[in-house]
Amino acid sequence: MNNLLPLPVLLPLIAAALTLSLNRHPGAQRVVSTTAMIGVVGVAGVLMWISDRHGTVVLWIGDWPRPLGIALVADRLSALMLVVSSAVTLVVLVFAMAANEAERRRQTPISIFHPTLMVMSAGVSNAFLAGDLFNLFVGFELLLFASYVLLTLGGSRERVRAGSTYIVVSLLSSTLFLIAIVAVYAATGTVNLAQLALRLPGLPTDVQLIVQMLLLTVFGIKAAIFPMSAWLPDSYPTAPAPVTAVFAGLLTKVGVYAIIRTQTVLFPDSHLTRLLLWAALASMVVGICGAIAQSEIKRLLSFTLVSHIGYMIFGIGLASGAGYAGAIFYVVHHITIQTVLFLVIGLVEIRGGSTSLNRLGGLAAAAPVLGVLFFVPAMNLAGIPPLSGFVGKLSLLEAGAQAGGFLAYLLIGGSVVTSLLTLYALAKVWNRAFWRPRSEEVDPLEAVLGEDTAGELAEDEVAAERAAEDLAAEDQWARDQGARPATTGVSAKPVARRDVESGANHDEGEEGDEDEDVDDESAGVGRPLPRPLVATTAVLVALSVVLTVVAGPLYGYTTRAAADITGGQNYVDAVLAGPNR
Amino acid sequence: SRTWILVGVLLAGNGANVLFRVAGGAAFAAPIIGVTPEQGMSDPLPQAMVLTAIVITLGVTAFLLALAYRSFQINGHDEVADDIEDAAIRELAEAGPPSDPDELEEGPPDEQGRGVADQEGERIDELDEPDPAAGSRPGRHPRRTRGNR
Repeated sequence: MNNLLPLPVLLPLIAAALTLSLNRHPGAQRVVSTTAMIGVVGVAGVLMWISDRHGTVVLWIGDWPRPLGIALVADRLSALMLVVSSAVTLVVLVFAMAANEAERRRQTPISIFHPTLMVMSAGVSNAFLAGDLFNLFVGFELLLFASYVLLTLGGSRERVRAGSTYIVVSLLSSTLFLIAIVAVYAATGTVNLAQLALRLPGLPTDVQLIVQMLLLTVFGIKAAIFPMSAWLPDSYPTAPAPVTAVFAGLLTKVGVYAIIRTQTVLFPDSHLTRLLLWAALASMVVGICGAIAQSEIKRLLSFTLVSHIGYMIFGIGLASGAGYAGAIFYVVHHITIQTVLFLVIGLVEIRGGSTSLNRLGGLAAAAPVLGVLFFVPAMNLAGIPPLSGFVGKLSLLEAGAQAGGFLAYLLIGGSVVTSLLTLYALAKVWNRAFWRPRSEEVDPLEAVLGEDTAGELAEDEVAAERAAEDLAAEDQWARDQGARPATTGVSAKPVARRDVESGANHDEGEEGDEDEDVDDESAGVGRPLPRPLVATTAVLVALSVVLTVVAGPLYGYTTRAAADITGGQNYVDAVLAGPNR
Repeated sequence: SRTWILVGVLLAGNGANVLFRVAGGAAFAAPIIGVTPEQGMSDPLPQAMVLTAIVITLGVTAFLLALAYRSFQINGHDEVADDIEDAAIRELAEAGPPSDPDELEEGPPDEQGRGVADQEGERIDELDEPDPAAGSRPGRHPRRTRGNR
């Protein structure tokens, strides 16, 4: 049974290789990647069931002697994370395929969306299953690399800029991770998590503290905890909608998972819980204040992402069974909700032509389904009962009250304030984009931006000119590659929007919603919503509601998972001394 | 400039790899079972980790080079611009509170807008190297909750 463990990593990697070699057959690509993701979801579900019934599943790869090999470990926490992440990736994959099908223009010479998404899924699975620090590093690198490619898909001006920021920050965190691993290895002679748990307490306290701070910083950069969160709102909004959705849902949560794992296994008597609690409070408050200031929905959601990471760190900082249970439940809830919100914003972009609040309006009347699809997850994120957001927040608040003390109560207050402010921010989006009719006021940000920059909001002729330049650059690059140029002749008006999408497609055949550089102003309200996209999003919204329905059993599961990991002893025993099932 | 970023990344990566070798202890003979006596082997585990790190750095280098070239194609240079919308919002906030909160939906200036006196230099068209230490962007002072940073 433990031979199932490599499958969540192997299946996507094999699918990545296959889809890369099948790059001239998009239909075959889709079949391969969907099959692989369904397989991963299935395996993850089985692992979740096994780990709940029979305890942690451990595989020592290659059957090397016990502490010397590479271990893959699936306890309740890892299995749960696997299930949620693979399910979410599957839905986003279907969304991206449907989005591309609805906008397919011509054959593209090469398509790397599928292989890259598969590699990212493999990296995420490897990170969740890793039993030692270096395997965790490899998993991180896999998913980071794939995310670099996905973020800069199409190579437009905005994406290259935002991608560079993201890449530099991630490279820094990777280098720091390497240095942390070196420090750990030099101090203890091993990188295996279970063995480290036995050897670390023997080190001097300051060395332990250094190692802990290094690891927390690395994972904090990844998880976008304040003050290491500035990169997220800068880079996430520029990617295509399904890509942003899967990033927001998965990548930061891998960082949170790594924090949970290292804190519980390596540093169970951690003295840094106060630091974590303060960082949680800061993330919550600063994130949500940033969200309120935004007028572009994707940036707003990126800031709420940063803010709600604070909730999870709150649970981790409490370092109690109830705290971890609440944090894990919140992670599951948040992955689903943040992903579905970004998918809905992708739909809004199609339907409304823009994601800037100054240009949207009346969507609830124009597309009632879209209104419902936004309203339900938005209220869920804001923590309105009886949805799962409320359950998650309530469990965290109860854990905080159980812990007691000034800091816990301060955080309880901060959580409630953040939740109210989240409600305010989302209600603002609902009001301006969906409820109020579209108004023709001047975009104040355009007035400030002036005429010589083309950012996400410069949706006038300047952007069209730049789009034309981009197209010319695309064509030149395409000619250099020997492929057909994407456009013959260039007209930089609304027609350019469609061409920008397919023109940016030499190397990204399956891209979903496209650059916002050119706004289809003359057509007014954008294009009608394709049914498959709406259906996919509705499925994910339904899943998020299902989370509410199964909140009881799910919370029971997370409580058992938390009991498993608190103190770290169960993990160490299972890995080092458990039966080789 | 992305080329400088690349050079910096390469240096940092090399530094981390050298650190690995330091952590591996003194250099002895090659760790091959049957050829070298076990007491005279150098530690193979850091060597394996260094190899992995080198390969990763190789991929990163290739990607950054492609990105720099792409930026050169589009922009004519390879410098990374700042976050335009962020700067725009800051300027908007600096302009003071709006007369009617229902007109401008930004509302009163918030934490992101305060403390930006030292942001005057960071204009939209000033193309500096990005600040790689994310979060330490000058001017972005949070409401001072005690104790964190």
